[in-house]
Amino acid sequence: MRNNDTVFKTIFVAITLCLICSAIISSAAVGLRDLQEANQKLDKQSKVLASARLLDKSKSIEELFLSIKEKIIDLDTGEFIDSMDLDSFNESSLARDDTTSIFLTSSEDIALIKRRENYQKIYLHYSNETLKSIILPVRGYGLWGTLYGYLAVKPDLQTIIGLEFFQHKETPGLGAEVDNPRWKALWRNKKIYGDTGEVLISVVKGTVNSSSTLSDYQVDGLSGATITSKGVSNLLTFWLGELGYLPFIKRFKKDTLIPEKIDV
Amino acid sequence: MSKAREVLINPIFNDNPIALQILGICSALAITSSMNVTLIMCFALTAVVSLSNLFVSLIRNHIPTNIRIIVQMTIISSLVILVDELLKAYDYETSRTLSVFVGLIITNCIVMGRAEAFAMQNTPWLSFLDGLGNGLGYSVILLIVAFFRELLGAGTLFGYEIMVLVQNGGWYQGNNFMLLPASSFFVIGLLIWALRSWKTDQIEEPQFNLIQNSLEAENRKI
Repeated sequence: MRNNDTVFKTIFVAITLCLICSAIISSAAVGLRDLQEANQKLDKQSKVLASARLLDKSKSIEELFLSIKEKIIDLDTGEFIDSMDLDSFNESSLARDDTTSIFLTSSEDIALIKRRENYQKIYLHYSNETLKSIILPVRGYGLWGTLYGYLAVKPDLQTIIGLEFFQHKETPGLGAEVDNPRWKALWRNKKIYGDTGEVLISVVKGTVNSSSTLSDYQVDGLSGATITSKGVSNLLTFWLGELGYLPFIKRFKKDTLIPEKIDV
Repeated sequence: MSKAREVLINPIFNDNPIALQILGICSALAITSSMNVTLIMCFALTAVVSLSNLFVSLIRNHIPTNIRIIVQMTIISSLVILVDELLKAYDYETSRTLSVFVGLIITNCIVMGRAEAFAMQNTPWLSFLDGLGNGLGYSVILLIVAFFRELLGAGTLFGYEIMVLVQNGGWYQGNNFMLLPASSFFVIGLLIWALRSWKTDQIEEPQFNLIQNSLEAENRKI
């Protein structure tokens, strides 16, 4: 029997093993990176399309996404920012940086996101060269973690087309029913702002009373997932409010600034 | 039964890693709420445990005793990272659902247990089969658990509607408890009961004998 327990052999085996393993893993990571990034991008794009109800089985995601124009906006002023690079835009790294985000006090932070970035990338959907929908990224805390999603609204910025979450940690069957197509269908044609401009859209507990004057602004709650439902209400209230997209929405309505046409 | 056949078949029912050795319970609880995800997890674990057994066995005569656990861990974690990278590249949806649990295969007691208990003493081919057998044993239990949890909890199997839920306009009121990880304890418990009623040699000696009531205890003293 060879003696494996000498100091030399121990160090030799350890180093050789580490070198071989790290070589295999690094080559796998580098070799697969393009594929992984393409997957991530495709996944995000498909959720953007899903929120605006544009998914079409007969067409590829890339093809459908040609009708979408990405724009970066300044959340405080509501202006378009053309100087930032669209592809490398990353709201979560902006939100971590003190110079590109603001700290939210507990009374402001109803969506429980702690910091809010100063810029957001939004998506504009065109069909036959007319603006059909505006897709706004939203996020907020549910029961187990932050829900990330897209809210698609009509160009009147008052009527909802759809709400789609692309990442969350809610309980399957309960909070994760935010992904249920039947529940998502309830959002269509709901209204956002009341007559005086306050955000009225909310998820109620139980089912919406259809005779109520507020029924246009309410969506049925998810049964067994009160905290998730409340989280969804809160995140919409936050993102559609003064600290969210309201400056952009006001500006958009007042100036009726028409983003440049695109070739479709 | 040949030795090779034995190491492959035995872990499935006779020496099941979950039901008899009670290893790998954590992932059995966490990811069994849907069949799809469970199946991918089973593939991932089976691949990792059989390949790690193979590689550990290949170099078993060169592993210094002092660092053998670390050597095993290095091999196992490299394989797990590889599986994770592959999933992210080829099945992005599932890798997002499994998220941290793929990484946690590293800490799955079955993988480490088989490397240390079997692969360190046996030839590569036998070790590979042993890993495969244990992976299959794990998969059988997980798939059965996932079958009941998904069917009773969500009324679906592999995402296809079997029993239409009330909230989707059907008749079946989903059992929400089945969707929570703790329900696996009950399903696994019942499975172990069923398995041990079938294979009675798996019944363990009771560590304590319960006495029926205090009167009986009194009588015994006298």
